[in-house]
This record gives sequence, structure tokens and C-alpha cells, in this order.
Amino acid sequence: MQLQAWLLDDSPASRGQAAAGRAYRVSLDLMRNPLALVGMLIILLLILTAALAPWIAPETPVGQDLTRRLVPPSSEHWMGTDQLGRDIFSRVIYGARVTLLIVALVAVISAPLGLLIGAVSGYFGGWTDRILMGMTDVFLSMPKLVLALAFAAALGPGIENAIIAIAITTWPAYARIARAEALTIRNTEFVAATRLLGASHTRIITRQVLPLCTSSMIIRVTLDMAGIILTAAGLGFLGLGAQPPLPEWGAMISSGRSFIFDQWWVATMPGFAIIVVSLGFCFLGDGLRDVLDPKSEGK
Amino acid sequence: MALLSVEDLRVSFPSPQGRVNVVDGISFELGQERLGIVGESGSGKSMTGRALLRLIRPPGRVEGRMRFEGQDLAALSERQMRALRGARISMIMQDPRYSLNPVMTVGTQIAEALRVHEHLPRREVRARVRQMLDSVRITDPDRVAGLYAHELSGGMGQRVMIAMMLIPRPRLLIADEPTSALDVSVQADVLRLIDDLVRDRSTADGGMALILISHDLPLVARYCDRILVMNAGRIVESCAASDLHLASHPYTRGLLAAVPKMNETRAELPVMDRSAWAGT
Amino acid sequence: MTAISLGNVDIGYGGQRVVEAVTFDVARGESFALVGESGSGKSTVLKALVGLAPEWSGKMSVLGRSCVHRPDRDLARRCQMVFQDPYGSLHPRKTVDAVLSEPLTIHGIGGQDARVERALSDVGLDRRFRFRYPHQMSGGQRQRVAIARALMLEPEVMLLDEPTSALDVSVQAEILNLLKRLRAERGLTYLMVTHNLPVVSFLCDRMAVMNKGKIVEIAATKALHDGRFTDPYSKALYAASGGGGSTE
Repeated sequence: MQLQAWLLDDSPASRGQAAAGRAYRVSLDLMRNPLALVGMLIILLLILTAALAPWIAPETPVGQDLTRRLVPPSSEHWMGTDQLGRDIFSRVIYGARVTLLIVALVAVISAPLGLLIGAVSGYFGGWTDRILMGMTDVFLSMPKLVLALAFAAALGPGIENAIIAIAITTWPAYARIARAEALTIRNTEFVAATRLLGASHTRIITRQVLPLCTSSMIIRVTLDMAGIILTAAGLGFLGLGAQPPLPEWGAMISSGRSFIFDQWWVATMPGFAIIVVSLGFCFLGDGLRDVLDPKSEGK
Repeated sequence: MALLSVEDLRVSFPSPQGRVNVVDGISFELGQERLGIVGESGSGKSMTGRALLRLIRPPGRVEGRMRFEGQDLAALSERQMRALRGARISMIMQDPRYSLNPVMTVGTQIAEALRVHEHLPRREVRARVRQMLDSVRITDPDRVAGLYAHELSGGMGQRVMIAMMLIPRPRLLIADEPTSALDVSVQADVLRLIDDLVRDRSTADGGMALILISHDLPLVARYCDRILVMNAGRIVESCAASDLHLASHPYTRGLLAAVPKMNETRAELPVMDRSAWAGT
Repeated sequence: MTAISLGNVDIGYGGQRVVEAVTFDVARGESFALVGESGSGKSTVLKALVGLAPEWSGKMSVLGRSCVHRPDRDLARRCQMVFQDPYGSLHPRKTVDAVLSEPLTIHGIGGQDARVERALSDVGLDRRFRFRYPHQMSGGQRQRVAIARALMLEPEVMLLDEPTSALDVSVQAEILNLLKRLRAERGLTYLMVTHNLPVVSFLCDRMAVMNKGKIVEIAATKALHDGRFTDPYSKALYAASGGGGSTE
């Protein structure tokens, strides 16, 4: 109770308290949104699963046992086994690590890149804008999966290259969003006032423009996570992403493809995992949009 | 009988701290007159105007009794209300640039306003539009009728708005800050125009009443017969415009004193003690 | 000594000339007003002075140093501006503390804590406002913060762009009193842009009336007491603003 009063104080006494108060309010709003809560739970579950995989999974994800090939789901093998006799449940659990790795790395590479390019482009305008946006348009005009495919093919198959390929294809969309925001922000009076204080362009971009672009960026990235997972799965499915025996969900579906009619569980179980996690990110993204949207704030 | 009577009107909106009354139980009557409602931002003056036309959308809630020409406004169906809006009660909003349709010419829009409420032959509609533009002192009505909203200056836009609102000959005109988006020289023109139109009508057909909503106390005093001063959702003062200098409520007196004068000699302007009214 | 001097200044905006041959001087410690209606180019003059409207020609100087065609770090220490819209001139995601510390950080000035506290008390804001966000404050409080920000670098010249026109009358009175007090305490020079003649009467010593990009008349504020303007446009503006006795 005391902590809550401290957090919700209308007149915070320190920078820390002000920041904590804002974070607390955002999380309170997020909690009130049931879908966002479901999304958060799913993603929390994904993170926990990835972290605790060795303790949750009953078997190793790569242990082959050809004597129990393609066993249907049972109390012993909850999701059955695949064509090499590996426990699918264990592979799905370990697959969470791969998925989380892909999602996190793509976000870390492409979001800041897109944000920076977009913000610089929108803030300066003119020739800077034309050149940077021209580049962005070139990337945007190519189908995502095909471009990722080309990169993955050029760099060679493998999970790292798949991540790089996906990151290269996702930043242009973020650059576009950041540019649109920066275009409106650069004409505001607070930017004019900061320029008059003698602030450099770098300072204005990093301290004034970027913080306002980030919330729409966070929303967009969260919503895109589902797409990223699907692209990664697609690359895995086509054999250009994670290589066997790495338990990547897309690659697992791909290998189950040949038995889809008789042994449905091999492809379906990792498919389920993809759907659930994608949904989780979508729900969270929608919830974040309601909470973080600067237009709805302070009303 | 009064043209409009309002009894214990409340408008509330939900907030994290529960429902807040933006208009907090106000009552007044309006006859064949010009009534000014004055207040600062957050006083509830605009919400009062909107409540009269039932323009408050959920989650906003309106309670209380509003009778217009003996009809209970709250009891009317949405369809009846639509027929009433424009035809018998009209409203002029603050900024004409946002109230006019950007893809329709001015003439078409005014004609539209008329056609919704009356069925007239096309030629007569044209004539009425021309006559209306003429009466809002637009010198070249035929040219202006062919223009789009963005081609009009602020003052011209507001005149077109007034023409549009008055063409169905309403009994009550609500003007919500009709001039605060305009330059001073144009402001006076527009207000004088509204004033003349209200006065002319009172002798001609049935008459027209005016509710002028504004934050500008001297301005309202100049163009109205009676003034209501609102603060924090309540009416704190009600007096004849000519008796404004006799106003008794400290809030009204504070407002009057806080305005700088043209021949200002005070070293410091008196400031209200905000905590006393607990306003927003 | 002159604080601000403009000699035959033309200002363009997007290729169009919006201000023509403007000439005036503001003495040190004087409070000078540019009055006119929208589109008269009065705000553009302020923007050109600080480099936000870079398309200008002619001679402009602040405190004896010529102005350049972009915002200037040196000028920042001597000349600051307060904007019209208190809702637009503060960053929505920054606390008052961050807004007020920023100019100090930019210019490498130490002792931030004490300076921010003093600035708040100078503009009449309680210290509990220090870590609030703009959306937790009213329009008048925000305008006080904007004034405090402008004062952080202790400038001698303040440019005021309609500083009270977005505020309620009772709040306007508070801000006008504040501006008057600050000027007296610090010997500031004001160049204010406004359309409100009574505000000029309260706060300024001299005024220039602008119409369609040109100065039509420069007069002492006393002219507002008796309406002794020579130019027909100034007379009309004076009458439309309620001058000449029609009010009250």
C-alpha cells in the first residue's frame, strides 16, 4: 500500500520515483486489458520454458532412438515421437530457446537500425530524406521471405544467417514509421525551443525525437514478432534456417511434412507452438498500443 | 412561456476517480433574448451547449430536464432530435475550418442544410442560398458559393457557417466561441452580424434567441442581454449584461479585474485565489 | 545601447516574401511589442531573429552581434524565446526537471540541482512540480515551466511569442504579472508578439503595428490610452480591439 502510494504520487520527489511511477501506471493499464494479460502470460511462459528447458524437458532434444519411431502421443511421450524416435515434447521445449533467440536478436538488430535511419531521415528532410528513404523503398519493395531467402542462400544456411537475413528485411518498415513520427515531431515547438537552447542535431534526435518514436516502435515490433517467428519457421521449413538436429519449430514441421497424413502429430505439435507464441505477441502488441499510444495519454 | 427551460442539468464523464460532473446541476430559462454563458476552460460552458443539442456521446451522461418550446428534449427519439437540430436549434462552432466539409462547395453545403429540412424547388433553393449569403454580408455571393472551405479566410468561413446555420430559420442559435479563432478586426464584424440577424428575426417571423458561449466577459457583455457566469460546472452569477459592473460573486469580480485594460495603469493585475473555488 | 536592432529586413518563407523592409531598434531593458493580426508577419520576425526562419536578408543584431541564419549556441546564452502554446512547447515524455536541466547540460553548466530549484521558485512553482510530466499540469503551470526553461541560461533578451493567448484570463493575469516581475528583477529586454492590445498596454513601453508584412507605425504604449495613432490601419485595429471607450 505504501509502495503504491509512493508510485502513484502526483508530485514525485526524485527522477527515479517519477520514472517508476510512469512505468507503474503503464503496467497497471496493461493489467486491466485482459487480452494483453493473456499475451504477457504466454510470453512469460515462453521465456520460462526457454530458461528452464533442461529441467522441464523429459529427454534431450537430440537423443535418437530408432526403436520407437513415430509413436503417437501417449502418457509417456505427450506429443509423440518423430521419425528418428526423438521426443517431440522435449524438442518443442528446447525449440522455445531457438525461437526466443531469433526474436530477440532480430528485434535488437532491426528495431534500432530502422528507428535511427527513420528518425534521421524524417528530422533532416531534404536530400538526406530522399536518399535514405530511397534505400528503404528498395528493401520494402521486395517480398520479405524471398529477400530473406536470397540472403540466407547467399550467406549459407544456418540459424545465424537466418537471423541476419530476417533483420535485414524487417528494418525498412520501422524506418518508415519512425520517419513519419519524426516528420511531425521536428515541427513541434518543443524541438524549436530545444534548438534555441543551442542543442546539436544529434542531441535533438537522441533526446527529443527518438523517445517519442519508441512507443510506436515497441508496439510495431511486438506485433511483428509473430511475423518474424513465421518467417524464421518458413526459412527453417525451406531448409535455409536452423539446420538439423537443432530443434527449430519450422524445421520440425518441415521434417514432419512427409508423414502429415498418417502421423499428424509430428508436424502439428510444433505448429501449435508457433501459433500460440505468435498469438501471444499479437495480444501483447494490441494491448501495448492501447496503453502506450501517445495520443491517448494524459486524458 | 419560456422558449427553453433547463432544470438541474448534469453532464458527467467517467474518470479513474469515479464519475465527474462537468456540468453540476445548473438551471436557467431562456426567452426571446440573447443569453451569454461565460466561463474559463473546464467551467462546463461548452458542455452545456452540447447537452442542449444532445451531442454528448457515451461514456458521457446527461441528466436533468431540458424543455424546448414545451417539448422534453430528453424524451425525443434520435430521429426527432435530428429533425430539431438545425431546423429549430442551430449551433455555430469555434473554428469554421473544421466544421465545413472540405470536398463540397460552400453553395452546395448551404443548400444541403436547407434541403434536409424543407422541400423546395431547385430554383428557389438557389435563390434562398444567394439571399442568405447576401444577408451575412458576403459581397459576391455567386462566386463564394462556388468555393471550397480551404479557399475561404477565417472570417469568410465563419460567415458561411452562420449562413448555413441560419438558412432553415431556427428559433434558437447557440454560438460556441464563434470568434475566438478569428482576428480582432473580423471578430467584431462577425459578432455584429450575428447580433443583427438575431434582432432582425425577432420582429419578422417568430423571432430567434441566442446563446453566446465565450470565455471573454467584456465581449459577451457587449452582445448579450443577460449573462450567466459558470465556474466548475455551476452557475455562480446571473445578471443583466448592463449590471455586470455590479456583479457580486467574487469569481465574477476576479474575472473582470484580471483582464488588462486598454489604458492600463495598474502595476500588477489582481489574481484570483484558485484554491477558494477548487476549479480545474 | 540597443539590445535588438533590425535594419531593412526582408524575410521569406517557402520562397514567398512575408516580411518586407522591417526596421526597428529595441533599447536595453525596454519592452517592445509587435502587434498585428494573423498573417501580418509578426511571429516570423521573432523566428528570423533566432534563426528558425533562415530565409532573410538585411541587417539584424542582438546585443551588438549580428544574427546568423540558423540557431546559434552563443546567441542562446543571451537571447531566449517563449512560445505561444504551452501544450506544444514541452516534450510530453520529459519531467519538468529534465526540461530545466537540459539547457544546463548543453552548455556544460554545473550546480544543476540548485539552479533548477531556484528557477522553479523564480517562476512561482512549488518544488513538488519538479518531477511532474506536462500532462500532470495545467496550461498556466506549463507556461511557467516554459518561461523557467528560457531563463535557465540567464539571457538578457527574451522573445515572447503570444505568451498568454492560449490561456484563460485569470491565468493570463498571473503570467503577465510574472513576466513583469521578472523583467523588473533581472533588467530583461522583451520583444513580444501579440494581437492583444490591452496586454501591450500592461507589459510594454513601445509598440510597432504590423500589417501585411510591413510596419505601418511605431508608437509609444501611451497611444493606447488616448488612441493617438497616425496610421489608418492602427486606428482601425485600436477601434476593433475595443479602444476608444466602447468597453465597459
